[in-house]
Amino acid sequence: MHEAKNSAGAAPVALKLTAKDFKSDQEVRWCPGCGDYAILAAMQSFLPELGIPRERTVFVSGIGCSSRFPYYLNTYGMHSIHGRAPAIATGLSVSRPDLSVWVVTGDGDALSIGGNHLIHSLRRNVNLKILLFNNKIYGLTKGQYSPTSELGKVTKSTPVGSADSPFNPISLALGAEATFVARTIDSDRKHLQSVLRQAAEHKGSAFVEIYQNCNIFNDGAFEVLKDPSTRDEYVIRLQHGQPITFGKDGEWCVTHPPGAFGLEVRRTAEVSADEVVVHDATVAEPAYAFALSRLPEGDLRNTPIGVFRAVDRPNYDDLVRSQLDEAKAKLVGEPEAELSNLLNSGDTWAIL
Amino acid sequence: MTKQVRQLDRVVIRFAGDSGDGMQLTGDRFTSETAQLGNDISTLPNFPAEIRAPAGTLPGVSSFQVHFADFDILTPGDTPDVLVAMNPAALKANLGDLRPGADIIVNTDEFTKRNLAKVGYADDPLEDGSLDGYALHPVALTSMTVRALENFEISKKDAERAKNMFALGLLSWMYSRPSESTLRFLERKFAARPEVAAANVAAFKAGFNFGETTEDFVVRYEVKPAKMPAGEYRNITGNTALALGVVAAGVRAKLPVLLGAYPITPASDILHELSKHKKFGVTTVQAEDEIAAIGVALGASYGGALGVTSTSGPGVALKSETISLAVALELPLLIIDVQRAGPSTGMPTKTEQADLAMALHGRHGEAPVAIIAPRSPADCFDAALEAARIALTYRTPVILLSDGYIANGSEPWRLPAVAELPDLRVEFASEPNGPEGQFLPYLRDPATLARPWAVPGTPGLEHRIGGLEKADKTGDISYDPANHDFMVRTRAARIEGIEVPDVEVDDPDGDARVLVLGWGSTYGPIGAACRSLRQRGLPVAQAHLRHLNPMPRNLGAVLKAYDRVVIPEMNLGQLAGVIRSKYLIDAIAYNQVRGLPFTAAELESMLEEVVKNA
Repeated sequence: MHEAKNSAGAAPVALKLTAKDFKSDQEVRWCPGCGDYAILAAMQSFLPELGIPRERTVFVSGIGCSSRFPYYLNTYGMHSIHGRAPAIATGLSVSRPDLSVWVVTGDGDALSIGGNHLIHSLRRNVNLKILLFNNKIYGLTKGQYSPTSELGKVTKSTPVGSADSPFNPISLALGAEATFVARTIDSDRKHLQSVLRQAAEHKGSAFVEIYQNCNIFNDGAFEVLKDPSTRDEYVIRLQHGQPITFGKDGEWCVTHPPGAFGLEVRRTAEVSADEVVVHDATVAEPAYAFALSRLPEGDLRNTPIGVFRAVDRPNYDDLVRSQLDEAKAKLVGEPEAELSNLLNSGDTWAIL
Repeated sequence: MTKQVRQLDRVVIRFAGDSGDGMQLTGDRFTSETAQLGNDISTLPNFPAEIRAPAGTLPGVSSFQVHFADFDILTPGDTPDVLVAMNPAALKANLGDLRPGADIIVNTDEFTKRNLAKVGYADDPLEDGSLDGYALHPVALTSMTVRALENFEISKKDAERAKNMFALGLLSWMYSRPSESTLRFLERKFAARPEVAAANVAAFKAGFNFGETTEDFVVRYEVKPAKMPAGEYRNITGNTALALGVVAAGVRAKLPVLLGAYPITPASDILHELSKHKKFGVTTVQAEDEIAAIGVALGASYGGALGVTSTSGPGVALKSETISLAVALELPLLIIDVQRAGPSTGMPTKTEQADLAMALHGRHGEAPVAIIAPRSPADCFDAALEAARIALTYRTPVILLSDGYIANGSEPWRLPAVAELPDLRVEFASEPNGPEGQFLPYLRDPATLARPWAVPGTPGLEHRIGGLEKADKTGDISYDPANHDFMVRTRAARIEGIEVPDVEVDDPDGDARVLVLGWGSTYGPIGAACRSLRQRGLPVAQAHLRHLNPMPRNLGAVLKAYDRVVIPEMNLGQLAGVIRSKYLIDAIAYNQVRGLPFTAAELESMLEEVVKNA
């Protein structure tokens, strides 16, 4: 039994579950080599440590390759319709605070057709763990550009390059008042699980962007972040309470530019130690996390991974629940008797 | 002076003014006073979508019609006997509807040159003789109200606004209405501003006393209580009755209720009402859009609540993909459509019955759902319970088709005994049901064809559902041709097999050769027209459908028993088309889409022709 914290209603219990317990009997049908396999395996081996019984765990997904995820987990699950998973999961979560509810979505599902539901579930701070598998492409429909594809992306639907600029999912989530925002990478199981752990512990909406490789339609989109020869130069690993430095020998760091907004990357050797920003995910003002989210260059240089933001804010489920509980406390008699009073309220008259 | 008291059996009054004049409130209070007296009542509010259209213009006119009688009535009345017109626009917009000789009470203070010009009156109709065919009562409502409130510490604006209470006081005197409930109401409404409360009470009393003393009103009327079934009554609108029906469904099912809704005319009052009843375990979520509204409702149903969403036609259009998902998931879901005039934004505050085709067919694939329609404001309560019964028993989405007419209209409702309401308790699946100890989420109850409702949190029943076609019994994803054919037919059979009561035929003498078939809110006008024809010795039968999918088993036999079947609808023949194709009956469609309910008179003259030629 690992340390088992989670944000679902009841306290965790010792269950002696293993990754095998979370595998369903369904054959996994992603393309061979798909990044989704790694995420699924990481999730299956991570879930036991939460100490939540399988029956109290629910995965809700939309449409897309990533949204097949619930079929492969032996928990409760719903593969719903395109973009609507956050709305459906909101209804489930708000009416069933005893459940641990996860949303699995993709860049098209969450940011294009379902953009409205995503931002509003984050704004409400519904107690959902939202995993956005971002492969920067439409895979299930065979390779059209997505709302996270880079400007000028050449695909079947944009033979001379796309003309629209992409969303930055982290910036978007922060703008939508998200209380927990993180990014991780499919192939880095240890990092992925550590982010999932922190997301599960968070009370309220936890938004996790997972860079995921589509080896058929957008292979290598995140290769520079994975390749041992480049990753140290490209990836900024955010660690709460630690100075933000990166590079093979920590030769790069993040600082506040004097007299300007935002953050910038500089050579560690060229700044004094107290100029290096110490990462604090709990900063109330989202502008700091937003500045972090703007660091990456077009070639993915300076890509932060880890938890950008983790702050406390009342969550929708608890607020709704407390209004309901407060009202229910006023229920003096049996519901039937109270219903009778309700029907008979207002101006009534008798006909004999 | 002594006033003459005359007995009447029925009266129709229409209060009309600017949308800011408080006509809805005035009508509502008059209705409440009238209900207290034990008259039967039917009301028809009619207002613009604009909250405050430009003052004094025709589009800004808001009206409230109330029909009350000493016998049971079915409609708000075709032709008002009394019009209260707060300005020239209200007079102009409503004059054409009045019966000859009707009483017209006008607020002369508003009949200025400018206001007359605004609505295109070249001459003052109060003086040019054009109203000679009516009993005109010119009353300086505003100035008399302001004068009556001289000693109150309120603004001139507040004083002028109380003119509707002056008018209400006058009408209350004219029709001998009890005023206690209105006085109590005013104290409550303005509890935070006692001076305004007192001023409104004073305005009401001034109007009442004005009737008593002025020589312009020589007759006072009385309408005796109606003979109605014994019981406790209250006046209720369709939207309130629907909301209370949903609360009752939750109580009788012993399930929490979750309403997902997005504000939309004319359905928003259902959201408002249900948000007051949290103590019954009713959660309301005002969602970010119509799609999310049904999404949260479906998510709650999946978790074991009664999921409900309320909207109007444009909202149903947006929800159709999620309704399809609910068809595939086979979960209970209640979709309330308070229909309004379409297409597109159409006329949001005006009524229509043109969403039947959408309810029946407005989804991709073969996606049948159950459909039921209430026929009057009070009937909305029973219809909500019936819709919940079908949704819970058969694990299916149910569309309930109300409309703007019954949503905002009101009538007396005989309060039901809670213990006699249907028992809607359900059983969740608690154990594996498969031959090898596994759980089969699509193994059906042979009687209802419903699948088990296995809610998250139940150990041992973990399973995955979704919009992809499912294999029979296991619910696994399946692209097998024979399985798809089987599942499509099974979902259809499940809806077709829903037990619904037989349709009843009202044919008092049993000699009618013409049947009028209706559905939804046309019940009142059709019924009134049929009664009137029978009184004139013309036999006609009436049948009214509550269940539109599936239809009652006996409907085919009923239709075939008559020489002619007439189907009046506030659309271009949507039910008529279904009846013609399903039963091969040469039904006569009679249609109107004017945003207003049928009048009994127009139906009567149409039916008279059919009956005489049958």
